Amino acid sequence: MSEQKKKELHVAALENGTAIDHIPPAQLFKVAHLLELDRMNNTITIGNNFYSKKMGRKGMIKIADKFFEEDEINRIALIAPNVILNEIRDYEVISKYTVALPGELVGIVKCNNPKCITNNEPMPTRFDVIDKEKGAIKCRYCERKINKEDIIIK
Amino acid sequence: MNGKSLVSIDQCSREDILRILENAARFEANPNRALLDGKVAATLFFEPSTRTRLSFETAVNRLGGRVVGFQDASTTSSSKGETLKDTILMVSNYVDLIIMRHHLEGAARYASEVTGIPVINAGDGANQHPSQTLLDLYSIQKTQGKLTDLAITIVGDLKYGRTVHSLIVGMSHFSPTFHFVAPEELRMPEEQKNICDQLNIPYTERTDFTEDIINQSDILYMTRVQRERFTDLEEYERVKNIYILKNGMLKNSKDNLRILHPLPRVNEIAYDVDDNPKAYFIQQARNGLFTREAIICDALGINHLI
Repeated sequence: MSEQKKKELHVAALENGTAIDHIPPAQLFKVAHLLELDRMNNTITIGNNFYSKKMGRKGMIKIADKFFEEDEINRIALIAPNVILNEIRDYEVISKYTVALPGELVGIVKCNNPKCITNNEPMPTRFDVIDKEKGAIKCRYCERKINKEDIIIK
Repeated sequence: MNGKSLVSIDQCSREDILRILENAARFEANPNRALLDGKVAATLFFEPSTRTRLSFETAVNRLGGRVVGFQDASTTSSSKGETLKDTILMVSNYVDLIIMRHHLEGAARYASEVTGIPVINAGDGANQHPSQTLLDLYSIQKTQGKLTDLAITIVGDLKYGRTVHSLIVGMSHFSPTFHFVAPEELRMPEEQKNICDQLNIPYTERTDFTEDIINQSDILYMTRVQRERFTDLEEYERVKNIYILKNGMLKNSKDNLRILHPLPRVNEIAYDVDDNPKAYFIQQARNGLFTREAIICDALGINHLI
């Protein structure tokens, strides 16, 4: 069997839906959680530690008959930048884009400051992305700055 | 009426600051003006702060308005588990303006988002206390005759000092030069220094508090070095007496130098400084009344002072 064929066999082809590719292996299940895949009834294939020329190893998620809104998918940019989204219709990739961090993150991140109002009141958190390159964010309420490595996903 | 909330000093433009200070000067000339006739303000102090509350309540009274409120959250429904949102919405049914202090950071911004009436932040935890900053700016302008091109030396706890961080933001519109004097553990955080860098505001940093730096200053802004801020108590013992201002240190200072302090002071300004005409911290607190009258009118959209 050729190398090419072997690689293809790993993952079932998708007729219609979304293939999320180049997910850092350590973030794969966080990504699945953020996209609320556990609440979906669609057919979902999750694979991890595939060989990747670009990043060594990678994770991949294929979701049948599901197309994400942009702000829905951009949530994952926080933990997995450079993830590539492929929209597939009739076995063909019809669009491909790299997820980007939105300017504002609503209800996704938990504020690290225990004295922040958002940790004491039933309300969504709001963070402004202040540095897209470094992934630094700032709480709209207590104004605490949080660096990428310290971000806690709700 | 186009009212607006005052949550953070960051939201104030140079014009906003100058307008409020100009009105504060008018209130100083005549503090009693019936501009709030028929209006009711709520002072919601979820955390006690007698000084700030009295200053705000006096301001409302001198403007002819009435005050309702509480000074201790333990007597309110929030102690029964009511959310801040519900408390704010309930009070919004009754009053024209909310002045609030809360121990949680971001509480004032959240309150301003849930209600349609203006909210004035009278302190939210360690976050913001914009009326303090505006009264500091008023005191600086009043004693120096201007706000621009001043050398401002800030001494003490520069890491956790909320008034200090806000002062930098407030003064940043007026091309200051800053000198930061603090022990190693309480140095000015990078975030504030970045603000200065981005706006090309010159600053120096040092750990020693000497006459040399005092003599270069127009404003000496003292703050308290708190014992509980130190992880290393030996370090605290070593530095606690370095940042005390004594009268003898002022002998070669500029004539226009004034000493400010957000109060309460503990021992960082020796009592022999009190009689020096350059000591200004008590008058500074008095300026809070006029500044808060101006802030209240601004929040309610009252621009034509009688």
